[in-house]
Amino acid sequence: MNPPNKSGWKPAMNATDQDGMHIGPATVSGNRALMLEEPLSFEIGHAEITGVDLPEIDPAAANRLGGLERSDPIGLVGLSEPETVRHYTRLSRQNYAIDLGLFPLGSCTMKHNPRLNEKVARMPGFADVHPLQPVDTVRGALEVINELAHWLIDLTGMHGVAMSPKAGAHGELCGMLCIRAALEARGDARKVVLCPESAHGTNPATAAFAGYETEDIPAGADGRVDLEALKARLGPDVAAVMITNPNTCGLFERDMKAISDAVHEAGGFVYCDGANFNAIVGKVRPGDLGVDAMHINLHKTFSTPHGGGGPGSGPVVLSEALSPYGPLPYTARTKDGVVHLIEEESAESFSEEHFGGVMDSFGRMTAFHGQMGMFTRALTYMLSHGADGLRQVAEDAVLNANYILRSLEDLLHAPYADSGPCMHEALFGDKDFGGDLSTLDLAKGMIDEGYHPMTVFFPLVVHGAMLVEPTETESKAALDQFIASFRSVAERANAGDESLKQAPYYAPRRRLDETQAARKPVLAWNDPNLT
Amino acid sequence: MARYFTDEHEWIDVEGDTATVGITDYAQEQLGDIVFVELPEVGAMVEKGKDAAVVESVKAASDVYAPISGEVTEANDALEDDPALVNTSPEEEGWFFKLTIGDKEELEGLMDLKAYKAFVDEL
Repeated sequence: MNPPNKSGWKPAMNATDQDGMHIGPATVSGNRALMLEEPLSFEIGHAEITGVDLPEIDPAAANRLGGLERSDPIGLVGLSEPETVRHYTRLSRQNYAIDLGLFPLGSCTMKHNPRLNEKVARMPGFADVHPLQPVDTVRGALEVINELAHWLIDLTGMHGVAMSPKAGAHGELCGMLCIRAALEARGDARKVVLCPESAHGTNPATAAFAGYETEDIPAGADGRVDLEALKARLGPDVAAVMITNPNTCGLFERDMKAISDAVHEAGGFVYCDGANFNAIVGKVRPGDLGVDAMHINLHKTFSTPHGGGGPGSGPVVLSEALSPYGPLPYTARTKDGVVHLIEEESAESFSEEHFGGVMDSFGRMTAFHGQMGMFTRALTYMLSHGADGLRQVAEDAVLNANYILRSLEDLLHAPYADSGPCMHEALFGDKDFGGDLSTLDLAKGMIDEGYHPMTVFFPLVVHGAMLVEPTETESKAALDQFIASFRSVAERANAGDESLKQAPYYAPRRRLDETQAARKPVLAWNDPNLT
Repeated sequence: MARYFTDEHEWIDVEGDTATVGITDYAQEQLGDIVFVELPEVGAMVEKGKDAAVVESVKAASDVYAPISGEVTEANDALEDDPALVNTSPEEEGWFFKLTIGDKEELEGLMDLKAYKAFVDEL
């Protein structure tokens, strides 16, 4: 019998592999007990098999394709229904997910997705609505959007919120378009947006996409924005400053208020990347720090699924100065208690009646209202935690991150360990590694330990960066187990243990050639029988 | 021919009015395996200190800044098919682009090999 996986590379299955590690006897199938070796769907299937019974073609029936019918085989995979179900179920067992274990990706906030969120999102009144239904039939859904908007405004101390952006970067774009609209409305042709060196790559990308030139703001030795350098750069050409707070070094920007004041004094706006809001929710209101626009990743701070588990959602809270320029549609409650959906047709008359006619929306970010399924989940999360519970979320997230920082700082270079407590994530560098081992080798070693690696090589301001965000949902026992694994791999890295270069040993695939995959990606199936 | 270096780890060879620009061996080593290089268009005007090209490795994407201002006369098309040239021969075959020098005075303040070596040793 041929092994099922004809094209793929797989771990050596003999008694010892090439590194002399004892693995046990080889199996004919390539499986290892319940660890199933899964071929590609093309390698299992046969083109003539299908999961659907299609009627035979009646040769007498009129052919209306006018000679355009396909004559070559289409090359689609052919699988029966049970083969299809097994294929994807087997592959899913090789996946790593937040439901399987701690997911320490820094800056990503991979936290537990509470099941209550899912239950509520599946209620027919929320799950089965369509954005084109008559408004009178979806009053409950509008009520949810409006209530969530109210919570976001309250938690951030801002004036308004745009609910429609569909992810963090989309929210950034929404915020920057509001800033541009506000500047254009006063006839101000500012051209430059300043971003710290440690910014998420999406910040300068968003600014560029919105038509601005970007410049770096230097950081001080403590990992925070250099306030004096920023002040020196401000001037009549600076449209906005984009700052992440807490920043990507896991630190709270203590000078945020002074930064905002200086930017405002120079006539610019402050955009805050709110990706790390989970560390300060219920503790700090960005509105009090002078922020003009900030996106909130519902899929991070407010526990809706992401990373392949669900779409993102990135509402943007806006200051009073920017609120009039926010996108359509939006919801608003009138004095009679009814929540209205305000669209182009109604925007002018509505804002005149209720806001004194100042609404001057820049347009639309999306066709419809936003990610309704995420709104129901996020509001469920807020209501089940309450304001005090959300505050504890921030406290526990920070406590967990500091526990990791202080449990590793004797072993790993922790560049900002002296900058005070970290926020939601702990940052390490590869300075103390022995031999020519790199952060990548440590990350691969963590896979053998059964963990998804942390974020690596980001932020760029730290050599060989390792960014660990445990989130508040991990217990102390789970953190201790993770720390034990992390310490053991870090010790091997510091000792220059060459065996780490070959890791992972125990994953379904050994180390992949990432360089080749990036330089010469193979993105389509090529049938080896045809080539 | 004279070779200069910047503190952003670019090298620049000056021959008459033409300058050839690339990234240093130190830079390629820090970046790791280069997987993509985005070069400026021929005819583009680049400005000293502003981004002129992008280099992407398995670790990160980084801007390459123009060490001096000028008009791009040639881009190293070989890097499109074989970005690994930047790893294997960063300071020769892996050059990025050539430009006509707008203002020779901009060369002042750049480092020579000795100064650059000392600069890298400090890092």
